[in-house]
Amino acid sequence: MPILIAGATAPEFSLHVTPDQKLSLSELHGKPVVLAFYPADWSPVCGDELSVFNEILPELNKYGAELVAISVDGAWCHDAFAKHKHLHFPLLSDFEPKGETARAYGAYREADGVCERALFVLDKNGVITWSYCSPVAVSPGADGILKALEALLK
Amino acid sequence: MSKLNTAVTKHDHLQGDLNAACSLVEYGDYECPSCGEVQPIIKSLQTHFGNQMSFIFRNFPLREIHPWAEAAAEVAELAGSQGKFWEMHDLLFANQDSLSESTLQRLVHDLGLSEAKMQQASSDGTLKDKIDADLVGGIRSGVNGTPTFFLNGDRYDGSTDFDSLLIVMEQVLVSNGD
Repeated sequence: MPILIAGATAPEFSLHVTPDQKLSLSELHGKPVVLAFYPADWSPVCGDELSVFNEILPELNKYGAELVAISVDGAWCHDAFAKHKHLHFPLLSDFEPKGETARAYGAYREADGVCERALFVLDKNGVITWSYCSPVAVSPGADGILKALEALLK
Repeated sequence: MSKLNTAVTKHDHLQGDLNAACSLVEYGDYECPSCGEVQPIIKSLQTHFGNQMSFIFRNFPLREIHPWAEAAAEVAELAGSQGKFWEMHDLLFANQDSLSESTLQRLVHDLGLSEAKMQQASSDGTLKDKIDADLVGGIRSGVNGTPTFFLNGDRYDGSTDFDSLLIVMEQVLVSNGD
């Protein structure tokens, strides 16, 4: 299944954001949301991608948008990775059942057992307005995200 | 494909002719090891292509993972404001494993830059504004890590070894000739 595209309602999820806390998509309704699926903590490309996303947070704030990143890594792994990279946005664990949320978005690589490198921008009602799936070895950058957020204002 | 959002102008840190057939823009971070590794490769490409290429450097300090990246970028911009950007650029990469306050002070001193101007520019925020502008332009252009290169405005996602860059730049020059 290809990734969900503009017009689809973003499937609800409730995933661990810390070892003892969950975050649901519905809690973010009312503001634009950026979902960044990525294959794995600690792999070099993801590290770069998320370090760049860390630097775009002031730009996202201009649009009142929330960024959450999702991989199949466990909550403790996310915790260590986020501390190591000084990440200032939540990392969600699509860990059990593994990849269930990524599958719902068409962003799961069955053969590899990890998420695609896929981006979704949701409007404040939770409808997908833009999505993009990058080749797994290429970090996508944030230009598409910002254009999609800008389009929400029009 | 991601494209350079901020056009190259004479206000950029530019080596070569603004209108050279092949324009290579790097968004880089002085504390990033990959940027350090690619530095001699850029110099070899410049030797190879001569006036057929231009090289432009813009700041993209990954501040959260590289504590000295922004301070180093400020020192480079300070040197630039006194006509010595590229000298400082090379010195910063040569010293990237030992960046610290004392290293940066030493480099400012070694290049004969005004420390008073440095302090003034730091406190009034002019250097930081320039770096932030580079960063935002980079984000809007799809910078996806450091270093990120744009070749005649298109983001280059391939390998950054000499042979790979040589081949893709030769292709750009050939297609320009059509």
